[in-house]
Amino acid sequence: MKFKTLLTSAAIVALSAGFASAQDDSILAVDGDVIKTRAAAPAFAENLDTVYSGWHFRIGETQSLQMDDFENPAFVFVDQGIDLFDKVEGSEGKACASCHEDVADFAGLRPTLPRVENGELVTMENLVNECRTERMGAEPWKYTGGQMTAVTALIGLQSRGMSINVAVDGDAAPFFEEGKDLYYQRVGQLDMSCSNCHEDNYGVMIRADHLSQGQINGFPTYRLKNAKLNSAHARFKGCMSNIRATPFKVGGDEFKALELYLAARGNGLSVETPSVRN
Amino acid sequence: MAKGVKPRVKVPKSAAAGDVITIKTLISHKMESGVRKDGDGNIIPRSIINRFVADFNGQNIIDVTLEPAISTNPYFQFEAMVPEAGEFKFTWYDDDGSVYETSKKIKIA
Amino acid sequence: MEFTRRNILALGSGAFAAASFAGMPAFASKTDDAIAAFTGGASVTEGGIDLTAPEIAENGNTVPVSVSAPGAVSIMLLATGNPTPAVATFNYGPMAGTRSGATRIRLAKTQDVVAVAKMADGSFRTAGATVKVTIGGCGG
Repeated sequence: MKFKTLLTSAAIVALSAGFASAQDDSILAVDGDVIKTRAAAPAFAENLDTVYSGWHFRIGETQSLQMDDFENPAFVFVDQGIDLFDKVEGSEGKACASCHEDVADFAGLRPTLPRVENGELVTMENLVNECRTERMGAEPWKYTGGQMTAVTALIGLQSRGMSINVAVDGDAAPFFEEGKDLYYQRVGQLDMSCSNCHEDNYGVMIRADHLSQGQINGFPTYRLKNAKLNSAHARFKGCMSNIRATPFKVGGDEFKALELYLAARGNGLSVETPSVRN
Repeated sequence: MAKGVKPRVKVPKSAAAGDVITIKTLISHKMESGVRKDGDGNIIPRSIINRFVADFNGQNIIDVTLEPAISTNPYFQFEAMVPEAGEFKFTWYDDDGSVYETSKKIKIA
Repeated sequence: MEFTRRNILALGSGAFAAASFAGMPAFASKTDDAIAAFTGGASVTEGGIDLTAPEIAENGNTVPVSVSAPGAVSIMLLATGNPTPAVATFNYGPMAGTRSGATRIRLAKTQDVVAVAKMADGSFRTAGATVKVTIGGCGG
């Protein structure tokens, strides 16, 4: 058994070498603003030298969709997000815009999330729904639903180009450790961890597709596959289903911890929200 | 009227008289093809934008017939002549009879 | 519209076998019918029209294509391997700056995309491009 494992590892190493150029040298610029899609890996990600945005693993046609905000289909949903931001809902007669007059004031928020507030790990979805239930007297939105992703894309966009800088120490340390454990934990019928694909084999073909590093700096992301915005938790759920595991709950503690750990693995990359992937 | 349909167009604000300019348009629409089935095996009825028209000062630039093979959120890029200042008018026709319109002015610089 | 991979495959399965663009088979395909309806049976020659499409599409849901045919009055786009080959027809008016256009199309599987232009003199021109439609590794 051990021998077999060794063989497999050797084969993977050979493959990695063969496809080392999968993450190309292109530069992502949107309307002239350069977005940092590669960076020195954070020290804790000891198995990586460089972190690459998922953008580098896509073909030119898909890449170019993200290089112009008109071409980027995600902006259809950002537009919807603008309408939702201004829409009065709930018992208090308020919209997001009632308190947050200029959505641009959210610049700088996306790179720090998720973060710990009063001992709890908080995602942007949590912040949005807290505003809805606590201050607007409105129903919370579905965690991965279309209204939520439209507004999280709009808010995330305000920080586009800013470097991801998620805290991993202090209050965040236990959540970071939990997320790291989940990242390396093999699960499901295929008995695979996140790291098996996204750390050991990024750049390698999986069928007709290049595996990425699983960076989440571009989420919510527009996928050609389903022609809508996809939240990070929805993507985690998809990955877990693919390896025949029972997915954790979207918005639940496990995925939030995993989101923190994955976001931190991209510390140094720019926020790309809303990105375009296949 | 289909839900959440929203046109977007990109037209330069100004041009020199006689210029040829590039116009990009996009409208949010599901473009349900009419060949997909729902979870119970029933065909989901077709619901698409079937025609798109762009005019400048009342004269036609392009008139497009769309079929279900056009992607979700139909996108078009084309070029127009700008002999004078005026207004572009864009019109999308939905299977359900809805008509979506938007317009953009252009100056001669 | 949410096209899952399975749905896309289901779309493709109902289609005619993709007729090779260069050598059309003797039997009348849906593509031939569509071209005949457009040309009224007139002969179609290659050249004088440019069709640009990616060699490989990462997802058949959104494939960018562009076409240009100087002197055309209208250009028809066909996807020969789709259940229904018709994609779009561009008709140009007096204010058209060029006889070109770009859009994003759905391709059910690897196939030839064909453009046919009706020229101002009543002749017809055609061009084709093969697009390989891949299935994502982690369809998710």
